[in-house]
Amino acid sequence: MKVKNLAVAGLLAISGVALAVEITGAGATFPYPVYSAWSYKYQQETGNKLNYQSIGSGGGIRQIENRTVDFGASDAPLTPKELNEKKLLQFPAIIGGVVPTYNLPEVGNTQLNFDGKALCYIYLGKITKWNDPYLQQLNPGVKLPDREITVVRRSDGSGTTFLWTNYLSKVCPEWEKQVGYGTSVNWPVGIGGKGNEGVANYVKRFRGAIGYVEFVYTEQNKLPAGKIKNRDGKFVAASIETFQAAAANAKWDKNQHFYYILTDQPGKDSYPITGASFILLAKDRPESSKKAVQFFNWAFKNGDQEAIRLHYVPLPENVKNMIREYWKENGLM
Amino acid sequence: MKTVNKALRKAKLLETVFKSILGLAAIFVGFILPVSIFISLYKESSLAIEHFGILNFITSTDWDPVAQKFGGLVPLVGTLISTFLATLIAAPLSIGIAIFLVELSPNRLKPIFSTAIELLAGIPSIIYGMWGLFVLAPLFGEKVEPWLQDEFQNVPLIGKLFEGSPTGIDVLTTSLVLSIMIIPFMSSVVKDAFNMVPPIMKESAYALGATKWEVIKQVMIPITASSIAGGLILSVGRALGETMAVTFVAGNVNQIPKSLLDPFTTITVALANQFTEADTAIYLSSLYFLALILFIMSFFVLYLSKIMLLRLEKKWKV
Repeated sequence: MKVKNLAVAGLLAISGVALAVEITGAGATFPYPVYSAWSYKYQQETGNKLNYQSIGSGGGIRQIENRTVDFGASDAPLTPKELNEKKLLQFPAIIGGVVPTYNLPEVGNTQLNFDGKALCYIYLGKITKWNDPYLQQLNPGVKLPDREITVVRRSDGSGTTFLWTNYLSKVCPEWEKQVGYGTSVNWPVGIGGKGNEGVANYVKRFRGAIGYVEFVYTEQNKLPAGKIKNRDGKFVAASIETFQAAAANAKWDKNQHFYYILTDQPGKDSYPITGASFILLAKDRPESSKKAVQFFNWAFKNGDQEAIRLHYVPLPENVKNMIREYWKENGLM
Repeated sequence: MKTVNKALRKAKLLETVFKSILGLAAIFVGFILPVSIFISLYKESSLAIEHFGILNFITSTDWDPVAQKFGGLVPLVGTLISTFLATLIAAPLSIGIAIFLVELSPNRLKPIFSTAIELLAGIPSIIYGMWGLFVLAPLFGEKVEPWLQDEFQNVPLIGKLFEGSPTGIDVLTTSLVLSIMIIPFMSSVVKDAFNMVPPIMKESAYALGATKWEVIKQVMIPITASSIAGGLILSVGRALGETMAVTFVAGNVNQIPKSLLDPFTTITVALANQFTEADTAIYLSSLYFLALILFIMSFFVLYLSKIMLLRLEKKWKV
């Protein structure tokens, strides 16, 4: 008798949980803080729960391919061809950027100027000293020291690396030929740190080191961040405004599933190493995808403040509207 | 009478059930699990095996995710070098510790020392990694390695080992951290072996007028040699598979180190770093292939140590 009662109580409990919608997602680590902040608010307001596992973009793509989650998340967009093969839909959800950071006691926190060629040659091992004439002429007001450059990069596959190498490939033919771009590449020089914290730690440790980390990370840890010369010839510092300028100038196309990489955008305020993090949905499972779309639609409407507080950049309004149209076209809204 | 029979039957039934449960558990853990791990590793890596070929993969230094060209030589060599150096550092220390604990330490201090050393084995490896990165690496990069360079750079051959810029993120630091991690295992195996030496052998040696050092050198070590070797190899197994601590201090560079001060990579580090973002089938399959190589290496190492230990037991069973 007792057992029976327990079983009934258990069933009741299970059905009680099932009433609230539970959304599962997996993938990119870069947007994890903002997704989890959104999901906390979403649960408070709607009672629905998002369970997001930041297992990395590669894992996210595999999970949605196997249809084990409601949505996958990837820092690098999939090409329309790949999406069709895997029967997936794709849209951007949040924007971030990558900044060069360095440790030069001689200049302290002065913002140094870089351009594509300088970063490319440093990461190819062709510029090896900080007082290299090319670097010096980019920074007329600063006396750069005669110091060996220690190159630091990510050792784990990451969306940060994807944006960094994609930018270098776009602006530097030698990089494109010798290395190419991807979430991990065959680095010609440098030592690898695991995660943003690993790179930041190496940079802090070695005098003369240069590394690249997510913008969020330099803000939180007060690391020096270099300015980069954009396509219009202006040196711009990373900030929410310059990321948004880059995103606003982007030619998103919903017919191409928003396949577009935001690096090296035109516009005088555009920060050149900007990128969006993408969401992947399964075409053949509208019920699952609808749950995810509901969440992101809510986040697009109510999540901007939260994103900015965490140093992420919300999508511009016109892009959000385009994504909503995309959802409607695919019968998800 | 009837009740007794019933009770007996019940006990017998219980025994059969219990025996078969234990048997199943043993078969599952001892046979099915490793075999199925091997099969799934092999299945997942079959794409890379077909594509690159076993020999080609093992001898290629390529690791280019963009061009989709993969080879395992660099992490394989890195694993072997760091394991070898760690064992080289840990072996004499462990034997010394064991000798001290068994023969020299005052009886009251023995439990304190052995507990302290065994506690070392219980520290999670990520803590060793963080300690290595934040404490040991700066110390080595700024003090120890420049000093080593000054001392040895003009010595032929050995000087070559200390070339390059001292950063503390390199083969030397990694091997040292690894050696500290395997010392507890090694020293406790060697200690147990020393304890197994029949007292009568030691006593007869003393009776013949041998000193303590002579007893250790000529009685204990020869008797336990094969067990010491077994313990060494067992710890090698641990060093082969160590991941977290190595990731922190190895530098994660896909190159075969030419000096002790070069950053490098190992199989486990390559796996831990790249598994999550491996986005193409051949990339993932190549990582599985690396895992398979490590699995086979560890298997042989453990097998070897088991044989050594068995030989000792046969030889000295009292």
